[in-house]
Amino acid sequence: MSAFIEVDDLKFDYIKQDGTSLRAVDGISFRIERGSFTAIIGQNGSGKSTLAKNINALLLPTEGRILVDGLDTADPASLWEIRRRVAMVFQNPDNQIVSSIVEDDIAFGPENLGVDPAEIRQRVRFALKDVEMEEYRRKAPHLLSGGQKQRIAIAGAVAMEPQCIVFDEPTAMLDPRGRSEVLKVIERLHDKGITTILITHFMEEAARADHVIVMNKGRLEMDGTPTEIFSRQDRLKELSLDVPAPIYLARILGERGVDLPPGIETTEELVRCLCQLQ
Amino acid sequence: MSITVKDLTHIYSPGQPQEQVALDQISFRIEDGTFAGLIGHTGSGKSTLVQHLNGLLKPTSGTILLGDTDITKAGTASRQARLKTGLVFQYPEYQLFEETVAKDVAFGPNNLGLSPEETDARVREALQLVGLDYEELKNVSPFELSGGQKRRVAIAGVIAMKPEILILDEPTAGLNPKAHRDILDMVRGIHESTGNITLMVSHNMNDIARMCDQVLVMDHGRLLMDGSPEEVFRRGEELKEVGLALPDSMEIARQIIEGGLALEGTFLTMEETADAIAAALQAK
Repeated sequence: MSAFIEVDDLKFDYIKQDGTSLRAVDGISFRIERGSFTAIIGQNGSGKSTLAKNINALLLPTEGRILVDGLDTADPASLWEIRRRVAMVFQNPDNQIVSSIVEDDIAFGPENLGVDPAEIRQRVRFALKDVEMEEYRRKAPHLLSGGQKQRIAIAGAVAMEPQCIVFDEPTAMLDPRGRSEVLKVIERLHDKGITTILITHFMEEAARADHVIVMNKGRLEMDGTPTEIFSRQDRLKELSLDVPAPIYLARILGERGVDLPPGIETTEELVRCLCQLQ
Repeated sequence: MSITVKDLTHIYSPGQPQEQVALDQISFRIEDGTFAGLIGHTGSGKSTLVQHLNGLLKPTSGTILLGDTDITKAGTASRQARLKTGLVFQYPEYQLFEETVAKDVAFGPNNLGLSPEETDARVREALQLVGLDYEELKNVSPFELSGGQKRRVAIAGVIAMKPEILILDEPTAGLNPKAHRDILDMVRGIHESTGNITLMVSHNMNDIARMCDQVLVMDHGRLLMDGSPEEVFRRGEELKEVGLALPDSMEIARQIIEGGLALEGTFLTMEETADAIAAALQAK
């Protein structure tokens, strides 16, 4: 695999109104492989969203360097190309939907890129298929459910034909069905080869990634597979984080004398082990 | 103060082509001192319902009693009663606007025409209830606080109105796991110290199962269920049909039972589920 994103000693300062600066990201380095699925977790204010906005050049490094598909985000000539290759989806779909008809909304991005109308129509069709919203193409977005609106926002990103999508807490405002619909779409896009970055406060969402980055106070605290990260329950707790439900249950079962093999991560594994124990 | 809602119907844009029945003949009662939860998919009518409880919306038909007062009627008594309901919106920190924490929390009490001393006392008390230090933060700009702290200040602004019914719309949305737990502990603390009704709107089934005495389930403007968490979450299939889910502790227990290990209990928390599993394995 080759690196799609290379972050090298990134530092980022916000300038406050009184002129003083606040360091939000403090010297972090990591790589994200092409086609991988990376989750970024960390407490509120740990620098996750700042990092994400640096990745698609909405913010530029104060110090250090980010290469996206080999392009330096600090190079003004690369800016538009980087933003075309890396799309973002935010927490609140209402802030991202611009048109009063679903298909117009999805066409908005490619239209701005000057894409040929015939191709726009095709992209809109494919994007709606990817998010399973084809039958809603003529509907008004404000009449859709939260999960449906978020899927429209995702389709808008997909229509840009990006190589990477950064999802910044895309399920935080959704009901249970909306969350599972959106997660399914994210996994499908990853399966289609899109480099996927998911910022989340839901540990079970992070467990689905193949790579987890843990941020703490602007620094990179951990970087590994979900198995490696979620085996460090005590440290995660100190960082105001948590572990997915089945991992937590396996631990408190251990405290109750139930002898389980190490490394249980999913509900399926836990159920299988318990039903064999009896 | 109890809440009694009877045959509440709300129709948006009546007589217009876009007419929509948002609430359809809703009736329920919440006794004083209850910690109640309100769940339902997006667009099920939860927000429309809570906006009726403090008079932001008027029903198309039906009555709402707070204590013995019908707040759907015009008049002073009705207005007074409506002031007894404090509503904390989603992401309340976006509504902070004052220069200092103390001024922001004091905004509501000031509008009630209270004396400066009384206002100050309420600000201190409210900040204490939300777990913030008055002396440390009174002169700090609310915009310099962390996300979790901002949310506490915003909630303090509502508490300072001394509501007898506190409604919180998704109080934990967008918070990290620790801040999430801390806010829930705070809400429980406020509930226990005031002894009033707390009504929490949430998409998080784990929180609803753990916190609530009574759970109301909305679907397409109708009240689908009204009962204890045990009663409501026993109907998992119906909940899934209306876009909801079981708490993790119950979903895992369900799958274990399906896998052939007989468990007994209510499984409202992960600890209860663990106890049930340990007991079932020991019995073998």
